[in-house]
Amino acid sequence: MGHNEVLLSVNGVKATYNHAITALHGVTFTVARGEIVALLGANGAGKTTTLKAVSNLLPAERGLVTEGNILFQGLDVATAKPADLVRSGLVQVLEGRHCFRSLTVEENLVTGGLGRSGGRAEIAAALEKVYAHFPRLKEKRHALSGLTSGGEQQMTAIGRALMSRPRLLVLDEPSMGLAPIVVQDIFRTLRRLNREEGLSILVAEQNSTVALKYADRATILENGAAVLSGDAAELRNRDDVKAFYLGQSPRPAAPNTPILPAIAV
Amino acid sequence: MSDFDWLFFIEVLVGGLLSGVMYSLVAIGFVLIYKTSGVLNFAQGAMLLFAALTFVSLTERGVPFALAFAITFAIMVVIGIAIERTVLRPLTNKPPITLFMATLGLSYVIEGAAQLIWGTQVHGLDLGIEDLPFDVGGVFISQFDIFAAVVAAGMVAALSAFFRYTRIGLGFRAVADDQFAALAIGLRLPWIWATVWAAAGLVALVAGLLWGARVGVQFSLSLIVLKALPVLVLGGFDSILGAIVGGLLIGATEKLAEVYIGEYFGGGIEGWFAYVVALAFLLVRPSGLFGQKLVERV
Repeated sequence: MGHNEVLLSVNGVKATYNHAITALHGVTFTVARGEIVALLGANGAGKTTTLKAVSNLLPAERGLVTEGNILFQGLDVATAKPADLVRSGLVQVLEGRHCFRSLTVEENLVTGGLGRSGGRAEIAAALEKVYAHFPRLKEKRHALSGLTSGGEQQMTAIGRALMSRPRLLVLDEPSMGLAPIVVQDIFRTLRRLNREEGLSILVAEQNSTVALKYADRATILENGAAVLSGDAAELRNRDDVKAFYLGQSPRPAAPNTPILPAIAV
Repeated sequence: MSDFDWLFFIEVLVGGLLSGVMYSLVAIGFVLIYKTSGVLNFAQGAMLLFAALTFVSLTERGVPFALAFAITFAIMVVIGIAIERTVLRPLTNKPPITLFMATLGLSYVIEGAAQLIWGTQVHGLDLGIEDLPFDVGGVFISQFDIFAAVVAAGMVAALSAFFRYTRIGLGFRAVADDQFAALAIGLRLPWIWATVWAAAGLVALVAGLLWGARVGVQFSLSLIVLKALPVLVLGGFDSILGAIVGGLLIGATEKLAEVYIGEYFGGGIEGWFAYVVALAFLLVRPSGLFGQKLVERV
């Protein structure tokens, strides 16, 4: 699959909350069609804010992109409503899953298809597809979502997003609070979706080991700025990245300077 | 207790329950909007008044019942959508108290508009149901109360079916559960809010007609919101079932208290006893009987 056509480009984005707190100062990266791109960084590095900017969800949280822009298939996302972005193929799985707790698993999935306003048959077909990727959800289809396990909720959230038949799936910390084996399972499914259906994926993760294992490329954020980008395989083998993200380095590098191998202990 | 008059007790209880249905009807209007947008719409009472007044004014000018109902419903839908557009949407993400103040102000605007358009005189409203008591096994029950209860039950059933079986109903339940997630997966919140306001308008219309027929269409009708508050405290602000059960409880307690312990306070406790119950309840269960059913496993 040729990774040349740019699907999403984030260009020098700066963002604030409440016109006061600067959350991002200069984030730039791209996602090409058919790619899995990981957005790595510690807590508070700006991963979530970046993803919310991508889905134009910041205004709903009193946030604002003050500089730079984000283009999805050439469309400036700041000018589109989140619902329109979903229709044009960009959908996000929020941090913390955000399932509709008092709806059943199946109802949760169906809500994901509502935005497309497809017919009953179309929704049923999309449901079967989701169940094929996540057989667990079929077993639990009539259970209230709030009563299912964390892993099942994550699958529900991903399945719900898939119901809108996205081209770019954005995920915020899908591994959060889940057992390693479940995380493994979810990332494998994501990769299968990527390989078999050409779904492009942008995933923010604190768990850089897992993310770098499945991603094609990665961008590392630090204090609200993109500090390093590269092939996942390359980043995986760099000592500085390993040292910093495995917590062996006591001192994080300053923003905008590539992390030097010398920092490694 | 051998001289306790059970028949009379039942009569009071049933009368109380039936009048409680009328409270539920008002409370449901609040619940619909609170559930989806987190706004305690204080203007619900004013909407109720406006609906009743519009309907009466139309029928007094010779418009037939069904047509007047349809026209009033259409007007209520337009008002609901206009409120959502012009008042609430610009205030999205503002603190709840700001929204509450906005709806409080709104209720005066609506009342003022009603006064301006339809005048201030009291209107009688005849729904064609006579308020005659009839006898069920020795217990006298008001015919009108039964009619009101049936209408309210039908309305609740229709609303429940709508929210359970239609797509927009599913969207409504999703938004009520998690507004941000609903936004993220591409639900069109403005559409859902508009539907909810339309539904609240319908509830206001039906409640307005029943209350109007009972106490006359006049400006104190908008104060019915004050009757709905204890019901909401008791049942929970975000539960339709809670509004129904809360209404029944408040209705029954009110009447029983008036009849059996009212004399110790010199009578007339019906007006405030509901608040005592609600306050006592707040101490025990602040989220109400059915409020915020927590379905979660972590």
